[in-house]
Formats: sequence, C-alpha cells, structure tokens
Amino acid sequence: MYRSHVLVCGGTGCTSSHSSEIIEALESELKAKGLENEIKVIKTGCFGLCALGPIMIVYPEGCFYSEVKVEDVPEIVEEHLLKGRMVKRLIYDETITKDEIKPLSETNFYKKQNRIALRNCGVIDPESIEEYIAMDGYQALAKALTEMTPEEVIQVVKDSGLRGRGGGGFPTGLKWSFTAKNAADQKYVVCNADEGDPGAFMDRSVLEGDPHCIVEAMTICGYATGATEGYVYVRAEYPIAVNRLDKAIKDARENGLLGKNIFNSGFDFDLHIRLGAGAFVCGEETALMTSIEGNRGEPRPRPPYPAVKGLFGKPTTENNVETFANIPQIILNGAEFFSSMGTEKSAGTKVFALGGKINNTGLVEVPMGTTLREVIEDIGGGIPNGKKFKAAQTGGPSGGCIPASLMDTPIDYDNLTAIGCMMGSGGLIVMDEDNCMVDIAKFFLDFTVDESCGKCTPCRIGTKRMMEILEKITDGKATLADLDELEKLAYYIKENSLCGLGQTAPNPVLATLRFFKDEYIAHIVDKKCPAGVCKALLSYTIEADKCKGCTLCSRKCPVGAISGAVKEAHTIDTSKCIKCGVCMDSCKFGAIIKK
Amino acid sequence: MLKKISKIPFKGTPEQEAQLRAVIEECKDDKSMLMHVMQQAQAIYGYLPFEVQTMIADGMNIPLEKVYGVSTFYAQFALSPKGEYNISVCLGTACYVKGAQDLIDRICENLGISAGECTDDGKFSVEACRCIGACGLAPVLTVNDEVYGKLVADDIDGILAKYKA
Repeated sequence: MYRSHVLVCGGTGCTSSHSSEIIEALESELKAKGLENEIKVIKTGCFGLCALGPIMIVYPEGCFYSEVKVEDVPEIVEEHLLKGRMVKRLIYDETITKDEIKPLSETNFYKKQNRIALRNCGVIDPESIEEYIAMDGYQALAKALTEMTPEEVIQVVKDSGLRGRGGGGFPTGLKWSFTAKNAADQKYVVCNADEGDPGAFMDRSVLEGDPHCIVEAMTICGYATGATEGYVYVRAEYPIAVNRLDKAIKDARENGLLGKNIFNSGFDFDLHIRLGAGAFVCGEETALMTSIEGNRGEPRPRPPYPAVKGLFGKPTTENNVETFANIPQIILNGAEFFSSMGTEKSAGTKVFALGGKINNTGLVEVPMGTTLREVIEDIGGGIPNGKKFKAAQTGGPSGGCIPASLMDTPIDYDNLTAIGCMMGSGGLIVMDEDNCMVDIAKFFLDFTVDESCGKCTPCRIGTKRMMEILEKITDGKATLADLDELEKLAYYIKENSLCGLGQTAPNPVLATLRFFKDEYIAHIVDKKCPAGVCKALLSYTIEADKCKGCTLCSRKCPVGAISGAVKEAHTIDTSKCIKCGVCMDSCKFGAIIKK
Repeated sequence: MLKKISKIPFKGTPEQEAQLRAVIEECKDDKSMLMHVMQQAQAIYGYLPFEVQTMIADGMNIPLEKVYGVSTFYAQFALSPKGEYNISVCLGTACYVKGAQDLIDRICENLGISAGECTDDGKFSVEACRCIGACGLAPVLTVNDEVYGKLVADDIDGILAKYKA
C-alpha cells in the first residue's frame, strides 16, 4: 500500500516540456529519501490543460501542481511528500482557496466538461492493463461476447445515436450494420488514427492516455461485424502513441483479450499497427486503406463502399479513434446513457482541441449542444492580452470559421453545417483581431494545394488556381472580378472533386468570404490589410513627434532604409524597406507604426 | 509535393546494408509491408537515396517505379540527407496563428538557406512540418528530438547558437 500517489502527465505536450525528466528526478529523489515504497509515481496520459504543463497531481490531497520544472522536484519531495506541506507557489491558483484545495472538477476548465472518450486520460497509467481493467476495462467486451449477439451490439450502437467523430458524422451503428450484412471469408476493422488536421490532437491523446479502450472497442466492432482482424493506421509523427498502443496490444494478447477464443466465446480477433508517413489525404477512408495495402495513398471512387469492398478488397468497417473511444461506455452502460447527452440529432459528447489565441490551450470534452461562447470564454478562459475575439476555426483545412456574431450557436453537426461550417475532427483554433482572415484562408489553401494527391483535376489544378487568386489579393494586385472568379471556382471544385479532400478544400475560403468579405474588399479596393499581416500591403512609418532621434532603428535596419541625424526625427525610405519589422520591435518610444 | 533529390554521393556502410537486408527478409512475403520497410530504411540511412530504393525494390520484388512513387507521395520520406541538426518548424494551424512563419523566416535568414534545404557544411537543415501535436506550446520547433515551445522570433538566434558551438 502506498500512502500517496503522484500522477505526472506523460502526454506529448508535457513530455515536450520535460515531464519525463521530472519523473526521473522524482524517482531518484524519493529513493534518496527512502520513500520509494511509500509513494508511487505514475506517468499518465494527457490531463487536457496543456497550457499549464508540465502537470503533476498528488493524491490523496488532489493537489494540482502546474508548470512544474525539474528544479522544483526536490522542494516538492522535501516539503510536500516528506513533511506534508504543500508547495503553494506551484499550485494552480484556481484550485486553492485560502488553505483549502478545491477539487479539479470545480475549476472553470473542468466543470462544464463531461469526459466519456477521455474518461481515463490523465487518470490511469496507460501502460498498465491492470489499471485499465480496474476502471471497468474489458468489461464491455466481456458483456458483448458473452451476453449479447452481434445484432444486439449493433442495435445498442444504433440506439445510442453515436455519429462518426472523424468529421463526417455518419451514424456509427448503421455503418457497422452495412459490413455485418455482407458475407465474406475475411472482414476487417480499421481505426483511423491518421489525425491530419493540423491543430487537432484528441486522437493522439486517447491513444497516449487510454490505448486499451481502442483495443477493446475494435474487438467489439470485430465481433459485431464478423471481422477477425483489425488495423490501426496511426501517424508516424506520434511516437509516444505508437509505443503505448503497441504495448497495449501485446498486453491484451498475453492476457487472452486478443487472439483466439476470447473469453471462451469462440471469437477470434487480432490487431496490427500500420504507420502513416505524412499524407493528409490518407485521412480519407479509401485512401487510408490503399495506404495500408502499401501503395501511394490515393482515394478511389465510391461505390463500392468499404462495407462491400474495403481493405484488401474485403468488407471493412472504418471508424476514427474518438468514435471507438465511446464504444465501451455505450456497451457497458446502454444506449440510453449516451443518447441522453447532447442534442436530439447529435448524441453524446465531443472532444475539442482548443488552440491558438486562447488562455487555456488544451483538450476539452463537452456535451454536444454546448455553445461556442461557453467553450471559449468559460472553459478556455478567453483571449490572452485583452485582445478581441474575431473567429474560431473548426474542421481544419476542410472546415470554416465561426464569427463573433454566431458565438451562441449550440455546437453540433447540423448547426455547424447550417452556418457553412463543419465539425471536422474537433480542432478549434481561436483567432483574435491580429489575425487576417484572408491570410488564414490562404494558409489552409496552401495546405490543401500541398496535400492534394493529384489524382483528380478539379482538386489538383483548381486549388492551385484559387491559391494564385488569393496571392494576388494579399499582394494588392487583385480586382473585384477576381473575387467573383474565386467564388465560382470554389463551388466548381466542391462539386467535381473525387474525394472529401477536394470537396471540402474550398470551405475555408467560402466561409471567410461569407463572414469577412469586408476584409477581402479592403485588400482589393483599399489595398490595405486591416489586421496588419499581409506584408505587401503594409508600410512602416515613423511618427516625427514621438521620434527622439536615438538612431537605434537606423542601426538595426538590415537594408539601411532608415535615415536621420542624431536627436532629429528619422524617416523610412519605403522603396528600400523590406518590412521585416525590426525597427518597430527595437523602438523604445513607440514611434514606429505599421498600417 | 516537390521533393529535392540529393546530388550528394551515396555513402552507405556494409553494416547499414546488413540491417536493411534483415528488415527486407522479414517482410518480403507481404507486399503491404512496403511502407514499413521504407520507414525502417529511412531510420537506418537517414534518407532514401536511389541505391536504397533499388535494394528495397529488388528485395521485395516490387517494381522500382512503385517504390519511387511511394517515396515521393509521402512527406515523411526524404530523398536527400538531413543536416546533423534537423530543425523542424511546426506550421500547424495553432502554431501558424501564433506566428510560426516568423520563426521559420528568422531561421532561414540566420542560416542563409531556405526551407527544405541543408547548409553546405551539412550541419543544419530546415523544414516546415504539419503539427507535432504540442499545440499547447505553440509556436513550437524541434531540433532533432528536442522540442522548443512558446517561442518568439527573437529566441531563434539563441537556440541556433547552442548548436553552432
């Protein structure tokens, strides 16, 4: 028995800020003090509050230390773990009131959350199958295999109202039933963990923090659809996730939870991992399967759908990580448990990766129907530096943006589609007044131009032409006719592309055009970038009354564009200026402005 | 995506070749393992020169043009060697809105190369990558396996100085 447990986050965010070294230091410090048999150190998955990482929680007190450094470890061990005095300066200020520790669940970040897919993340040691089992792990599998028929399993998933969390929102139970009814000598289950949307990291966190739930869910899916083999296709950029999943699969095999005759039910199932190699299009289901087969990951026309002819030409069910992560809880607690959460047509919860200009960057899981305002202001803690909220981008390169005027829209699949947006995988990037929406549209289009696989013409050439128009706009060389052309082309690409990548590639442009057309006009007609981002449209000037003539800027200027005598106002030669901004950063008197 | 093909002569060792042959031997009966073999080969050699691609094609009994096709399709496969210190700047959305472009501009200015290139002495290479999943630390860059987060452009010269020494 240990008298105290110290949980340290081992997610990618915290590992990047040296949480592994913190664990090593803790262990050696505890050993030096002879406490290693009294205090247990556990490396967990992501807690979600990445902005405050590295994170450490000490139980039984529930003391939440944030932004811990390796140098803080001796003090924590000496003061807290040995003498029982908490190190107040490291405690997250929202969890401490006078001398009392407030439960984490009462903080603004956590109190509106409802964790189903992330239930074990940051709670258990993801590398321990025993800890997963202690949290009711593999009970859903036992229930499915020993008490339910495959048809009953599918019915429960259908009744729960679960929809695909990868972006499309297709009803999961229905998808399973399609594969189930196609007889074949071999069927497959595929888990899409090729989280390509830049800025979304929920799938990675589930794999890192709770890999066994994916193993369990895929096995349940195999039983329900009649598949005996499964593949997890995961990004090679996620080494921690890959290692933990690999260990989970091996441990499950050793414990008879994968392999032959699971739970004496006569059902066989095994799993393999395949690594992606950095191609966004492989998030599309047919492209992903082509990639697993060892080819260039190009999509193919549907039908035939994967339920008929999928991986290696066999009926296949493909779901995303977060979708699978909900399955064990649905089987264990029943359809009603899940369908009672969320909205009428979007049951359950959704995980969002909050990023960009927001105080509490991290992962949040909220019931469907929560408004954007609640997510950003209450949970996310608002925008840093007192800046104004401009828009939130959802759905990554396939999605759109939600402007401030629509912040009270309840977030679910259908509401987002209605405003020309998309749920996507759940990346939620917040932008403030310093972000230029034309530049953001260009950023996403640059991404899709780069990632277009080249198979179909509308996507390959069309996105490139759109990109050229956007470049004209941000260079101040476009006319209003170009804007019409841009919009026409966008709809043409949407209608004619082969796969989801091309069909959604114009969305960021169309969404910004819908809500921020004035910014496009400002670039085209006034030749100005209102947010001050697009370099070609900026000019730096020195305000004569503020300039003290200290000469610092003219010495810093890399191209010698600034001239002026000592103690006299300086001027910038705009024909020489390369708009690098060094002068503005160096001026101590705020005399240099860009507009 | 356009890939830069290396003009640097291939300098593989017999040990590296033996390692690669062992990987091929293990996987040669399953053609769907091609990407796995290529990933292992890149781990062994650091990149995938034609000599290595030919070994894989012959060993797996897969046409060389298919191996080449796969190597040029995926961003992860490199056709030219990386520097001793490979700097990877995240240009995922979360990092981009927080100024990652300024970081990459400053690095290129400092090293006198552009993204996707390697310095002449082989010490540094710079590339843009798409989201390493550390969005909480945005904007981030990695130098080999070391992660630097919450950066501003002014931090760059100091970071590079550590590796130049």
